[in-house]
Amino acid sequence: MNKTVLDLWVGLFVIAGIVALLFLALKVGSMSAIKPGESYEVVARFDNIGGLKPRAPVKSAGVVVGRVADIRFDNETYEAAVTLRVDKRYAFPKDTSAAIMTSGLLGEQYIGLEAGGDSETLKDRDQIFLTQSAVVLENLIGQFIYGKAQEGPTQ
Amino acid sequence: MLKQTIENLGHSTLQSVWRIGFAARFFVVMLLHSGTAFRRFGLTIREMYFTGVLSLVIILVSGLFVGMVLGLQGYETLQTYGSEEALGILVALSLVRELGPVVAALLFASRAGSAITAEIGLMKATEQLSAMEMMAVDPIARVVAPRFWAGVISMPLLAALFSAMGIFGGYLVGVQLIGVDEGAFWSQMKSAVDFDQDILNGVIKSVVFGVAITTIALFEGYDAPPTAEGVSGATTRTVVTSSLAVLALDFVLTAFMFRGLN
Repeated sequence: MNKTVLDLWVGLFVIAGIVALLFLALKVGSMSAIKPGESYEVVARFDNIGGLKPRAPVKSAGVVVGRVADIRFDNETYEAAVTLRVDKRYAFPKDTSAAIMTSGLLGEQYIGLEAGGDSETLKDRDQIFLTQSAVVLENLIGQFIYGKAQEGPTQ
Repeated sequence: MLKQTIENLGHSTLQSVWRIGFAARFFVVMLLHSGTAFRRFGLTIREMYFTGVLSLVIILVSGLFVGMVLGLQGYETLQTYGSEEALGILVALSLVRELGPVVAALLFASRAGSAITAEIGLMKATEQLSAMEMMAVDPIARVVAPRFWAGVISMPLLAALFSAMGIFGGYLVGVQLIGVDEGAFWSQMKSAVDFDQDILNGVIKSVVFGVAITTIALFEGYDAPPTAEGVSGATTRTVVTSSLAVLALDFVLTAFMFRGLN
């Protein structure tokens, strides 16, 4: 069997296709999924998670340090148990606080971690105790109206 | 009159069930006889030249234009919300998830699928397939299987090239022509497009489309009535059926892949 011009063209075609795939993989997409071996999980309990979704980012000082792995309803405490998968490169003190925040006015919700002052760091399967729930607009309006009513008529 | 209608209806139903059964058997026999396509890989490479390399020009040019149109239209819409920087996300996600695999498959069906059907139909009409059988050469192993694997290998490569070219087209229009910030265009795209969820699913889609199109094209050619009219009818049916199959399969695959994403 001899090499022909045809083989050259097919080879060029295959190389071009693989280059295109590499371009998509490296330049367009990113491997956002943090692998279990390179991360640790911590649980945070919230009264209300608002519109938080699995795979939402976990940020500290605005930098993405992990992802929300799982959201479950705890039927004993009636709270939402959110499992955060944090990159192993980042260690946080034990008294770190977690808050559900919104990026922009209409943006997606994410979890913001604020480091505390403890010398010990969070380990795998630890729990974050200081949490702040999502702001629900209806509750906010309700509080506002309630506050206004308590002030009484303004005449 | 009524009796005639019912008879015709029953006949055509029976015929189509018959054809589906024959197509399924054809598919299995083709897979079982695929050994030759790999043992004599030269045959497959030859077919890859005809299905893949010769489809390159139309795929690349259409990809570029589709991406450029996406850039223009996306900019017009995003501008009203003041989020022009999300143009990269819009162009990349729509290409990688949907337009890349689907439009490339539709072009592939009309460019390569029709050619496969016409070739095999004509081989059958001129009794080349029977001649091979006379010489104890299995036409399924020698003619059909290499074309099938060539199509299945070419399709994902063509779809990836289409998507890459489209993103380049979107970049040309969005960044170079309109003036969206280049850094935001690429970085937002990169943070929004996930390799497993978006790119790999797009590749899986294009592999499935490749299997569907080449199977339909090969079967229509193999089953074509051995007349000039029969071959032309089979070629038309290939394009119609495989386009419909691509769009329907795309819905099913999308429902499975992206339903539970959030």
